[in-house]
Amino acid sequence: MALKIVKGSIDRMFDKNLQDLVRGIRNHKEDEAKYISTCIDEIKQELKQDNIAVKANAVCKLTYLQMLGYDVSWAAFNIVEVMSSSKFTYKRIGYLAASQCFHENTDVIMLTTNQIRKDLSSPNQYDTGVALTGLSCFVTPDLARDLANDIMTLMSHTKPYIRKKAVLIMYKVFLKYPESLRPAFPRLKEKLEDPDPGVQSAAVNVICELARRNPKNYLSLAPLFFKLMTSSTNNWVLIKIIKLFGALTPLEPRLGKKLIEPLTNLIHRSFSSRVLIFICFGFFKLAHKKSFSDVIVSLCYITVLISLSSGMPNHSASSVFLRISVVKYLGLLAMSKILKTHPKSVQSHKDLILQCLDDKDESIRLRALDLLYGMVSKKNLMEIVKKLMIHVDKAEGTTYRDELLTKIIDICSQSNYQYITNFEWYISILVELTRLEGTRHGHLIASQMLDVAIRVKAIRVFAVAQMATLLDNAHLLTGNMQRNGICEVLYAAAWICGEFSEHLENPVQTLEAMLRPKVATLPGHIQAVYVQNAAKLFATILKNQEGNTDSTAAQETSQMMIDRLPLFVQSANLEVQERASCILQLVKYIQKLQQKDVEVAEEVSALFAGELNPVAPKAQKKVPVPEGLDLDAWINEPPSESESEDEQPKAIFTKEEPKHSRPRHTEVDEKELARRREARKQEQANNPFYIKASPSSQKVYQEAPGVEHIPVVQIDLSVPLKVPGLPMSDQYVKLEEERRQKERAEKKKKEKKKRKEKRSGRGKKHDSGPESEEDITPAHVVDIVTEEMPEKSSKHKKKKQKKEKEEKEKKKKKKHHHHHHHSDGGGEESVQNGTVEEEEPLTFLVFPLPRKVCDIQGNLQDGSQVVVSVIFENKSDSFLKSMEFNVLDSLNSKLQRPEGSGPHDGLTVPFQLPPGVSNEARFVFTVQSIVMPQKLKGTLTFIVKDSSTHEKLDFKLHFTCTSYLITTPCYSDAFAKLLESGDLKSSSVRLEGVNMPFHHLLARICFHHHFSVVERIDSCASMYSRSIQGHHVCLLVKTSGQTVSIDAKCDEPTLLGNVLDEIKQTFSQC
Amino acid sequence: WRRNHRNTSCVIMSNNMQFMLLFSRQGKLRLQKWYVPLSDKEKKKITRELVQTVLARKPKMCSFLEWRDLKIVYKRYASLYFCCAIEDQDNELITLEIIHRYVELLDKYFGSVCELDIIFNFEKAYFILDEFLLGGEAQETSKKNVLKAIEQADLLQEVRYVIKPPWEQ
Repeated sequence: MALKIVKGSIDRMFDKNLQDLVRGIRNHKEDEAKYISTCIDEIKQELKQDNIAVKANAVCKLTYLQMLGYDVSWAAFNIVEVMSSSKFTYKRIGYLAASQCFHENTDVIMLTTNQIRKDLSSPNQYDTGVALTGLSCFVTPDLARDLANDIMTLMSHTKPYIRKKAVLIMYKVFLKYPESLRPAFPRLKEKLEDPDPGVQSAAVNVICELARRNPKNYLSLAPLFFKLMTSSTNNWVLIKIIKLFGALTPLEPRLGKKLIEPLTNLIHRSFSSRVLIFICFGFFKLAHKKSFSDVIVSLCYITVLISLSSGMPNHSASSVFLRISVVKYLGLLAMSKILKTHPKSVQSHKDLILQCLDDKDESIRLRALDLLYGMVSKKNLMEIVKKLMIHVDKAEGTTYRDELLTKIIDICSQSNYQYITNFEWYISILVELTRLEGTRHGHLIASQMLDVAIRVKAIRVFAVAQMATLLDNAHLLTGNMQRNGICEVLYAAAWICGEFSEHLENPVQTLEAMLRPKVATLPGHIQAVYVQNAAKLFATILKNQEGNTDSTAAQETSQMMIDRLPLFVQSANLEVQERASCILQLVKYIQKLQQKDVEVAEEVSALFAGELNPVAPKAQKKVPVPEGLDLDAWINEPPSESESEDEQPKAIFTKEEPKHSRPRHTEVDEKELARRREARKQEQANNPFYIKASPSSQKVYQEAPGVEHIPVVQIDLSVPLKVPGLPMSDQYVKLEEERRQKERAEKKKKEKKKRKEKRSGRGKKHDSGPESEEDITPAHVVDIVTEEMPEKSSKHKKKKQKKEKEEKEKKKKKKHHHHHHHSDGGGEESVQNGTVEEEEPLTFLVFPLPRKVCDIQGNLQDGSQVVVSVIFENKSDSFLKSMEFNVLDSLNSKLQRPEGSGPHDGLTVPFQLPPGVSNEARFVFTVQSIVMPQKLKGTLTFIVKDSSTHEKLDFKLHFTCTSYLITTPCYSDAFAKLLESGDLKSSSVRLEGVNMPFHHLLARICFHHHFSVVERIDSCASMYSRSIQGHHVCLLVKTSGQTVSIDAKCDEPTLLGNVLDEIKQTFSQC
Repeated sequence: WRRNHRNTSCVIMSNNMQFMLLFSRQGKLRLQKWYVPLSDKEKKKITRELVQTVLARKPKMCSFLEWRDLKIVYKRYASLYFCCAIEDQDNELITLEIIHRYVELLDKYFGSVCELDIIFNFEKAYFILDEFLLGGEAQETSKKNVLKAIEQADLLQEVRYVIKPPWEQ
């Protein structure tokens, strides 16, 4: 035995330690992997020994190897062994290894619970410290549950060193085991006033992080933090507190006002330190919430901006620390934060921001791009886009160029092309963008072209001409066809030329361009569009030539179709093949008729008659579902395999997506497919109707008669050529400038005239000053897709064209119950529509969000309070101010008004609304009885700044019983006890024809009605919820087939009945 | 409803700093600390991508970049890159300050630190980091206190570190 010990020790002297290992690895640069594998073998030997020192050494080396990327999970148990050593030296290494190597799924973690508990209560503070540090890295929900109590005790340890760590790790514990928050919170709160600043800052940290997730619960701590902020000198703590207030101010607008003074003081106090900028950032976060005074915002804004423009931070202390690029980045970031509230002040720095686009640093360029998006107006759009186009040409690297491209399109198309005054210009921009080599965003450009051509009627002539040129020069776009996303543009071009072919100047030439042999190399879905639109063009040509006495031209066209179409008939793409063969036969028939001098044009063009009108996204909803039609029922039995190919979201441009979904499909039964293919080939060979062994389309092109004699020169240029005949967008900028000038001049003339008429005596010179946004009248008008059907939208359009700034406030109020949104037809959708409706000057979105103001200490005093948050969105072009919110109180529910005000006084909404801005305000209601749902009527009054008129808007607030329920988890034993107690009245409801999986059903009840699942067994589940006044609501949900039965118990039968009704309604509308 | 949605996404969010990486100009990893649970495979992938992205940037460029949905804050000290990942709503300047503070701590502890110090004493570098940050949050803002804690723990270790061969006992 003694000999063994001695031997162990002697061996150890020759063992490698960590330094040796590192040195070894550095010396074996060529065969590192081999060297390390021998080292790992040695380590395995070392781990087998009894000597803990040897083991610790081995584990230490393993930790290093783990960092180099080697798998060391096999040594997990040895790590635990080293962790449990009684000596600090080894324990420290063990915990380090564990914190680096363990993760949630490491199973040996279960073994460590008792060891960690022992270490936590060790008399040596460093043992405890090491255990806490380690735990912070590998805490699992189980560990958190088992050790929460021990850590909580440590929060009151005598040593601040331990207290500090314990407080911080509590946050991790809360994340893993949320139940621990309630018991631990009072102690955490105590720590805010700990004598040790380290502990204090740790507590601030934790509470700040918690509050960011759920600010409401921490409002009560605001005064405490306020005190801390004014007294603390620790900048780290200050930053955290400001961050916390950033989360709290939106909930309590008064807080914002109160904060201004101490924050201003802070700025002055820390003016010379680099913390200044940190603090500024805190402000920006607050300013972002819109409850902040302009003074403060512009103050910090200016500070950062000065640093940005001068390129030097204005406080010398930080110049070493912050590079110019860093300051630039931060300045831009800051601007993007204020942009929403103070767009004017940012817009004045447009040139500065445009300069940043030239920066070498991509981070800065991207930030600047972000800003530009929010900065454009009718006035500067052309200028900004022109600058961006220059950058597109210069940009190296496709990612950045693609980013620029998407940004240009985003900027132009934002809010329904709001800022575009000249669509010819926009089309030419799009055409210029098609010259980009190798962009991925061809489909984006294409969809924009389609959108504009369809919706802006006046532009069609121009668009068609442009598209025809594009088609004519298609070979320039499709240099290297296969990987080129830009050829998607041809899809749009072909479609536009076909659909609006009546505007074409030379349709025959375009038709010829569409039927060129090279088209056969385009992707299938584009060819299909080509073929279809060739037919449309053909119809137009026939119609044009009908009147002519000489019919040879028409016959020539038919002959061309018949000559060229077979190429497509042989296409490998099914769609192309089908369309081509159909059209080919049609043309052949027409030719026959033509030879008999029969007039066919009328009938042919009838094939494509009817204009395409834009359809509102919600239009389908207006079509009533015919009786007896069940849209959810299967027409055929559902196929066993999911046919994911059919469910592509972008149905038009399916080129990229299907590639991902297909392989999975084919891999499943590769053999089966091969077998079927064989069988099919056999069948086809025997079938006289099949063209046998069709050659590929490219081959056909070469073998086509006559074609091989034409010398075909392949133009494959890497430098994008300028497509001849395409107008440059620049000239539009000039034109637009001229147009505006003319308009302005005219206006001036008119004004002068008016003045002359009025007071002909005095001819004073008058300068109209800089033109304002309103003065710029758009050259073209977009068809705006409203909720209404198309006829109505044209009426709207007329109104818009008049452009009379009549303040006929047509208001639309939208009301959404947050739990009812799906029954309203999708809250999201209607919100989206709300933004589309430009004709509606104001849209108010009312979201009652009844929630109990929770108190973490379980104090149920405020069980009668409901908070309703309302989002006000100003959709008009005018500034709204002096908003007052008032609700007609019922006996049961009353709006809480400040003391001293009468029972019918309105509440002032604590903000003003610039055009296009939305903001949220919260109102507290006192509710006595919560057993019945309620509707409250209310009005909102406000002043429109431009016209100084008083306006009124009526709305209704709907308090459902569900909104009084709070999701409360409940354990199954407590649940059983509750049911046994017998105080509960029961009721039940049956839902028929519910067609959804059981877990969806449960999720729906949980989500919409604030229940939580207690237990679920097969197709039966028990659920629980609690009202704000403490009523228990228990549900037993069973499903069989399409019938769902809900047995419910509650101590308040009326409440229960109403909740069940609401559940029933939820499912009847889905 | 949107509000609720945002709240749920907040639940997924864990804490301030997601991870910290130290790597050399050649792209060799010198230290890694992860404050979010990720599998080894993911960690490796992130490390590889990030090291490439950061090394590709020119020296005068700013210290921030957006990467996936994270913000990356990095700074180069001599031949070592210190690189942290934070969430979108976190402050990049504090992170820069944290990096700087950590470098100062290393510098004080090793006495004008160089890359080799960190390579050969990588466990010490970890100990210092653990004393300074806990679970991604700064736990001690006083440099003096951090160093004091480390020194005392080292003292504890040094006393027992000398393992005497049995014949000398």
